[in-house]
Amino acid sequence: MFTFEELKRSFLVSIWFVFLTFPIMVIRVDSIEKTVQWRWMNMVYVAIGSFILSFVFRYMMQRKEMKSEDNGDGDKKDKTGRSFIHRWLADPKYRNAILGSLLAAAIIFPHVFSTYQTSIMTTALMYVVLGLGLNIVVGLAGLLDLGYVAFYAVGAYTYALLYHFFGVGFWVALPIGGLLAALFGILLGIPVLRLRGDYLAIVTLGFGEIIRLVMENWGAFSQGPSGVSNIPRPSFFGIDMSLDTALVYTYYLMILLVIFTIFFVNRLQDSRLGRAWIALREDEIACQAMGIDKMKTKLVAFSLGAFWAGIVGVIFAAKTTFISPRSFTFIESAIILSIVVLGGMGSIIGVIFGALILILLPEYLRALSEYRMLAFGAILVCMMVFRPQGIIGSIRRTYTYQNRKKADGEVS
Amino acid sequence: MQQPILQVSGLTMDFGGIRALNNLDLDVNEGEIVALIGPNGAGKTTFFNCVTGIYAPTKGEVDLYHKEKNRVVSLLGMKPNQVTEQGLARTFQNIRLFSQMTVLENVMIGRHCRTKAFILGALLRDKKTMQEEDEIIQTSHEILTKIGLQRYENEIAENLPYGAQRRLEIARALATEPVLLLLDEPAAGMNPQETIELVNLIQEIASEGQSILLIEHDMKLVMSLSDRIFVMDYGKKIAQGTPEEIRNNPAVIKAYLGEEVDA
Repeated sequence: MFTFEELKRSFLVSIWFVFLTFPIMVIRVDSIEKTVQWRWMNMVYVAIGSFILSFVFRYMMQRKEMKSEDNGDGDKKDKTGRSFIHRWLADPKYRNAILGSLLAAAIIFPHVFSTYQTSIMTTALMYVVLGLGLNIVVGLAGLLDLGYVAFYAVGAYTYALLYHFFGVGFWVALPIGGLLAALFGILLGIPVLRLRGDYLAIVTLGFGEIIRLVMENWGAFSQGPSGVSNIPRPSFFGIDMSLDTALVYTYYLMILLVIFTIFFVNRLQDSRLGRAWIALREDEIACQAMGIDKMKTKLVAFSLGAFWAGIVGVIFAAKTTFISPRSFTFIESAIILSIVVLGGMGSIIGVIFGALILILLPEYLRALSEYRMLAFGAILVCMMVFRPQGIIGSIRRTYTYQNRKKADGEVS
Repeated sequence: MQQPILQVSGLTMDFGGIRALNNLDLDVNEGEIVALIGPNGAGKTTFFNCVTGIYAPTKGEVDLYHKEKNRVVSLLGMKPNQVTEQGLARTFQNIRLFSQMTVLENVMIGRHCRTKAFILGALLRDKKTMQEEDEIIQTSHEILTKIGLQRYENEIAENLPYGAQRRLEIARALATEPVLLLLDEPAAGMNPQETIELVNLIQEIASEGQSILLIEHDMKLVMSLSDRIFVMDYGKKIAQGTPEEIRNNPAVIKAYLGEEVDA
């Protein structure tokens, strides 16, 4: 491990990093006093830091390679390659305990923690649902959608404008927002879903921008860049709520929505339709040769994904009480897509973890705010190198026949 | 004369200026194994793609006869999934499995066009849907047992040995309950042992009354399996007949070996 060769390579890496960072880390020009400061200590820090990091990185790479060699000849791992979470959830004894305690934690959360925490958690839960929705499109059906935020915007603007023009309430707008987004999904899907891979990604990216630009420029309709304000919070049988109570109420609403979404997606992916989606992702031509209607299956995936975005959009508008086109930029789509990819494509638990990590971590790392995007980038790179299947990859379900019953009900 | 289950007449396919198929006639009777052979680039796979709706042929007729319903259906202009629904299932020359799904799930996909459950059924899991799911699993399991892959059932398809992957393609096609099974070079890339097993398998399937149309390069396999053989070259049919007739047909020998040169 600590051979001379290894030391030499790490040494070269650190020299290279010192050279690269020299102008920004060491030299500092004080423009008021017109002097140049030389911060030599920084150079030492960079050298030591990059030396250690390069060592760790190489060690990890080696371990990874050894692991894949291991799998090659002697398969020591669990045959299906499932992580411990999958195994716990497969066992009904653990499963009920875990889910029960999670639910209890979710219920008492807003009473234990501050309003600020509850607000962050509500946002994170919204991204959980967005991630699960996009997971249908990207993770299951394999359609790379870079404009997912467009459907989110459709939902949010549906509520905002319906209230603004007609005074429609939250609970009426909620299904309308979802359905309208699904309708947009179908309308966009009919011409676009003939395309594959990269082409599809670019067209959906364009669509996402079109929706945003329309909202920004069509002043008479959407009030343009200034956005729509004074959107009412979710109502509860017309009871007047204080700001805090309204937030807690929104939080519980999101918990319910998350549970419903998990139930929905879990049942779907274990069905005839879900299998068709996965088959479509694997091989389109073979899929058609097996009698699966490509267009219909894709359209259903696309519009169902859009539906969830629309629903969350309505809740987003109600939570923040103000929306503007700036809330629906491409970076939102990128974050939701990272959630799905980082968490594990096609894996429900993975996407939930991904959303919580990607949304909560930057919030809690606000103290280090200058470096958090750096850390974010580093985490993404490391994930893709060491665990391309995501935090918790999806696993295939297994069946048994003796009693014509399925074994291993999964919430993967 | 019995009604052929597949009747192709005058099938022509142009790719720009190239005529890949030229006025091709072919028929398959019920319970027959028919082989389509020809040198590389003769248009065999193009023929399959035209018949199964992947390409739209320039001219010609493709009719499928349903014996139970006593009805002839024209497959022309249908999408590939509709063709499969009508009862024409195929395998592919280069394996096209759903590689990240389990073996059983691959076969379960084949049951897709014979089942109906949709969003609502998936959500509610009502009695009808669950019965249908049970039926899908049970039938798929039986097909795998018949093909001899039941011990791989819960493996990821990608991890199967090559020969088993080829057999899985056949199993998947059988799951769609085809009137006619189209096999595109089922023995490609197999070793002699695997080829023998494949011949036995195809014979076993055929003995249950399954009609089969196959493309193959392995002459030994073709000669031992088929009831009738069609030979193509440059998109045209150059011969048809029993294996014995084909073996001695001068046009076929010319296409495969080239013309004899007088010394």
